[in-house]
Amino acid sequence: MTYIEQIAPSLLTGALMSLKIFFWTLIVSIPLGVLVSLGLLSKFSPLRLLLKFYVWIMRGTPLLLQLIFVFYGLPIIGIIFQRYDAALCAFILNYTAYFAEIFRGGFQTIPAGQFESAKVLRLTKTQTLLHIIIPQVVKIVIPSIGNEVVNLVKDTSLVYVIGLGDLLRAGNVATARDVTLIPLVLVGVIYLLMTGLASYALKKVEQHYSKWR
Amino acid sequence: MLELKNITKKFGDRTILDHLNLEIPTGEILAIVGPSGAGKTTLLRCLSGLETPESGSFLLNDQPFDPTDPANADQIIGVVFQNYQLFPNLTVLQNITLAPKLVLKQDAQTATATALELLDELDLAGKEQLYPYQLSGGQQQRVAIVRALAMKPQVLCYDEPTSALDPALREKVGEIILNLKKKHMTQVIVTHDLTFAKQTADQIFTVNALDAQGGK
Repeated sequence: MTYIEQIAPSLLTGALMSLKIFFWTLIVSIPLGVLVSLGLLSKFSPLRLLLKFYVWIMRGTPLLLQLIFVFYGLPIIGIIFQRYDAALCAFILNYTAYFAEIFRGGFQTIPAGQFESAKVLRLTKTQTLLHIIIPQVVKIVIPSIGNEVVNLVKDTSLVYVIGLGDLLRAGNVATARDVTLIPLVLVGVIYLLMTGLASYALKKVEQHYSKWR
Repeated sequence: MLELKNITKKFGDRTILDHLNLEIPTGEILAIVGPSGAGKTTLLRCLSGLETPESGSFLLNDQPFDPTDPANADQIIGVVFQNYQLFPNLTVLQNITLAPKLVLKQDAQTATATALELLDELDLAGKEQLYPYQLSGGQQQRVAIVRALAMKPQVLCYDEPTSALDPALREKVGEIILNLKKKHMTQVIVTHDLTFAKQTADQIFTVNALDAQGGK
């Protein structure tokens, strides 16, 4: 027990870093994903093609590569990020692409009649999206978003590669130093707690949306 | 008086409506009948601004208006869609009051009062907090009618209002249409149902397939 107490502060500091990346990525990339998905459905083909290309790159290459590219690669051409900013930048770019694809699918399932009935009621495009379409899309995409949210919790461990002090690094350092498995097991337990909490929160959101069909 | 003058609508090479002219005196009911694919619904969609005709004009009481112009809130053409298209994420009351609040800038109290009054008139009292999926087809249709009426339209259009209804409900929607006529609502009904058209309409317009140059 005393050993756990001894390493707990460093693990918690690491977990806090993982959570910070988790929350900022979610808060920024979900709304951005909605915007990008609208662009993917746009009739303006240069925008649509550009965004398709972006999504293709982000989903077709490893997030690990993207992290390394932003932190170690970009400085070669003079673009320098701090570790934390580099991590956020790569995560947001990557997750926005995934969320955009999910939302695009969601938007495409909404019958044209919903847009048309909003139009004959003289609602503007923004009003239609905010009050009618987006709530229906959100309900449809919650399960897929849920998968990505759980993935994101685990993916935060990738920041290890650019030397950011996250949960995994804290555990790994303690294991190497003290030659014991306990820190790594604890790290696993903390990840389980975080993914469990995320799943629970998503279930609540899903329940909230189940009052209508 | 609602007038459609020289309306032409094409889809690609296919001419659906060819220089079509129609006049509907205020407070009268026009039924548009004809075989499937003849352009009945296209005509209704042009009138409600969902399609832009290649040529022609629309006049309401001698004033030209553009049905596709969203800012055109004085000349509102209400539409009751074939499958109603209620918003599933909103309650009955929210379905009805959303547009009056956002578009007509009514305060919540006025919008709610109007909605409740109309719901009561169409035998939907007590349903205001339900979601569309909790209603029967006939009830959903009546909510769609209330939703259109709440926007105070000059003309109310129905796309195949009887297609999904049993005989009793068919009679009921006919009754609603005739009651609205008493209140001088100009109404346009697109239907396959010639009997229904004869029972309710003052004027029947037949759209013919292919050339769609129908006459009365």
